[in-house]
Amino acid sequence: MILRRTCKEVTALLVAREDRQLPLVERLALRLHLAACRACPVFERQLSTMRSALQRWRHYSDE
Amino acid sequence: MTIESQLGEYQGYLLRFARLQLRNDAWAEDAVSETILAALSKPQSFANKSQLKTWLVGILKHKVIDILRQRQREVSFQDDEGDGSEELDAMMFKADGHYASPPADWGDPEQELNSRQFFAVLEACAEKLPAAMGRIFLMREWLELPSEEICKELKLTPTNLYVQLHRARLRLRECLELNWFGKRAAAS
Repeated sequence: MILRRTCKEVTALLVAREDRQLPLVERLALRLHLAACRACPVFERQLSTMRSALQRWRHYSDE
Repeated sequence: MTIESQLGEYQGYLLRFARLQLRNDAWAEDAVSETILAALSKPQSFANKSQLKTWLVGILKHKVIDILRQRQREVSFQDDEGDGSEELDAMMFKADGHYASPPADWGDPEQELNSRQFFAVLEACAEKLPAAMGRIFLMREWLELPSEEICKELKLTPTNLYVQLHRARLRLRECLELNWFGKRAAAS
């Protein structure tokens, strides 16, 4: 199926999304997978924690 | 407090960031000296300490970018085969694309993300990245340069840039899990 992705593929997409916009079909595939998977949303939250950690670290560097 | 003694206080702090970004002690010391000299040339312009610190970090970033430009040939990126990223993938996933072990819940670590120890671990993890990868990652996350500019400064293709950022993020995640989030879960 064209929108079917493995967890390995989905983590790669999630990491890529930190730095660039994903093509529409990948965004759709991601959404479908995340709605049905238990592990990948946990990985997604880890990335979001890292994002806010880096943001605070940057802020801490110049406050 | 005189400006000299305040500057002395920040010197080590500035050096940490310069080293992390440049991955070369001599260059980092140059960047910090130039930053401090710039501050000494206008001591009257800082109303308070936090203003001074913000100003110093701003100047340091400019000096660091200048050095990256001057040293472009030395810092320009060569694809180093076998940097262990494939092993990282293999550790996380089975051959069929499923997790070898599912990712851990890091919880909602609002408070601890502000702690000094956490920043120390974060910096140690960034320091463990291979030099070229670390520079690229810091250009993005500390200098906050846009992709096109990083590619231009380091003579990188966009694909190379994204591959390096991707690997850096995976490694950082792994390192934070091992040295912070995993430990905390084990302790509680």
